[in-house]
Parts: sequence; C-alpha cells; structure tokens
Amino acid sequence: MTIDWQHFTPWASLAGGVLIGISASMLLLLNGRIAGISGVLGGLIAFRQDQPRLWRVLFLAGLLIAPLAWAMASTLPVATISADYIELIVAGLLVGVGTRYGTGCTSGHGVCGLSALSLRSLVATLCFMGSGIATVYVVRHVVQASGG
Amino acid sequence: MQLLSAFAAGLVFGVGLILAGMTNPAKVQGFLDIFGMWDPSLGLVMGGAIVVGVFAFARAKRLRRSLLDAPLYIPEPRRVDKRMVLGSLAFGVGWGLGGFCPGPALVWLGTGDAKTAVFVLAMIGGMAIFELLQPRAK
Repeated sequence: MTIDWQHFTPWASLAGGVLIGISASMLLLLNGRIAGISGVLGGLIAFRQDQPRLWRVLFLAGLLIAPLAWAMASTLPVATISADYIELIVAGLLVGVGTRYGTGCTSGHGVCGLSALSLRSLVATLCFMGSGIATVYVVRHVVQASGG
Repeated sequence: MQLLSAFAAGLVFGVGLILAGMTNPAKVQGFLDIFGMWDPSLGLVMGGAIVVGVFAFARAKRLRRSLLDAPLYIPEPRRVDKRMVLGSLAFGVGWGLGGFCPGPALVWLGTGDAKTAVFVLAMIGGMAIFELLQPRAK
C-alpha cells in the first residue's frame, strides 16, 4: 500500500463529510426521513402509490442544483470518468439493482446506518467497500496491466 | 416548511459531495485502490459525516415525531440476510467500475455531463428492474 499524498485532500473531504452529516441530520430531525440517496430515488420510481413523493422530488432537486450553486461562488472541480459508455451502463445497472436489493448505498448504509450504529449497515458497508476494492484492483492492476 | 427543509438538505448534501471530492470518479476509484496509489480522502468524508450523524440519530431515538411534526421513518433493526449481502456486493462492483455511487452521480448530472447521464439512466433502469421483480401487493 502506497499513500497517494499528491491527491490527498484531508480538509476538504472532512469538511464535505461534515456538510453531508449536517444534511442527513436535517432530513432526519426535520422531515423524519433517512438521507439514503438510493432509497429517496428508489421510492420515487416505486410503483406503490401510497409513497409521499414531493419531498423526494425536492431533495433530489437540491442535489441536482448543487453544481449550479457551487458555480456561482467558485469554479467546479474536474471530474475524470475513465469508464467508457458500455462500462458506465453496466456499472449503472449494478448500482441500481444492487442498492435496491442491498436496501441502501454509501449514504443510507455508510453514513446514516453507521451513525445509527446499525450492525446490518456495517455489514452492507463492508460488502460494497470490499467488492469495490476488488473491482478497482481488477480494472487497474489486472486488465490495464495486461494491456486489455 | 417540510418541503423547504427537504430541498435545503438536498442542496447541502450536494455541495458537501462536491467539496468532499466524491463527484470525481477518479478520486473515488483512488480511494478504492488500496493495492495501488491509495488516496484515503474519502474515508474522512464518511468519518466527518458520521461524527455529526451520531448525534442526530441519538436525538431522533428519543423523539416521537420530527421537529417539524412529521412521523419518523427510522428503519427497524433487521437481521442480515443473503439478499442484502448480494445486493451490496453487486453495488460495490458497479461503484468500483464506474466510480459513481447514487448521490454524486445525481449531483454531477446537474452539470449536464453526457457520460454521467448515461450512468444515471442505467441506474434508474436497474432500480426499475428491481421493482418489476418484486411480488405485487394485492
């Protein structure tokens, strides 16, 4: 293991994390809802009609508008997407199906679940971190190293 | 009021993700690349969020209704099952492959980026597949 000091951004990442924690706390204490993005979005496209939807739409609208708000004050950071279109479709399908069967994603299990000291969320977080690490290992050090 | 707080929470969440570096898939993959050049930043994102979140969840456990008088939807503690483990494993594979999890993908969709839009459409497709496979409630 070699630490990539060049790209390490401890303060910005910690501050960003604190904002995410504040947001999750707001949604929980004010709206009584869990800020799990896959759950908020999944509830919107679920076919059950009894699901309240408007708060979901507004929460997601806040997410979508964030880059615009950011751009008014500062320049947006770069995003480098190394996956090609086929890989992105496969990745999107896996994230969509996986987070719904897994009942949560990085925010629902990783942030909210761990904040609630849920053992189930700890297991879920270890699962997706583990398979994520394995996938990046294969993509970066097996496939690319062999010139594939 | 609740609609305003939902919107504000979404906006703060999105700005937090951008500040944290989560909207850059290369950085996310750098965090998952513990056998290569490892960028530990995203561990601090989760740490920072949890340090704040534990207080909110501890408070919520003592509440009957939210501070804006909404019912509290806190998941009941459930047992770990195979379905959740397999789902989470599949999610991790997609996360490592694309470098996007749901939150950052939706935030970056707001910039109008085409590759992000393809990922988000596939993700919504995946969630729709899940819904179609659910047994219908009568």
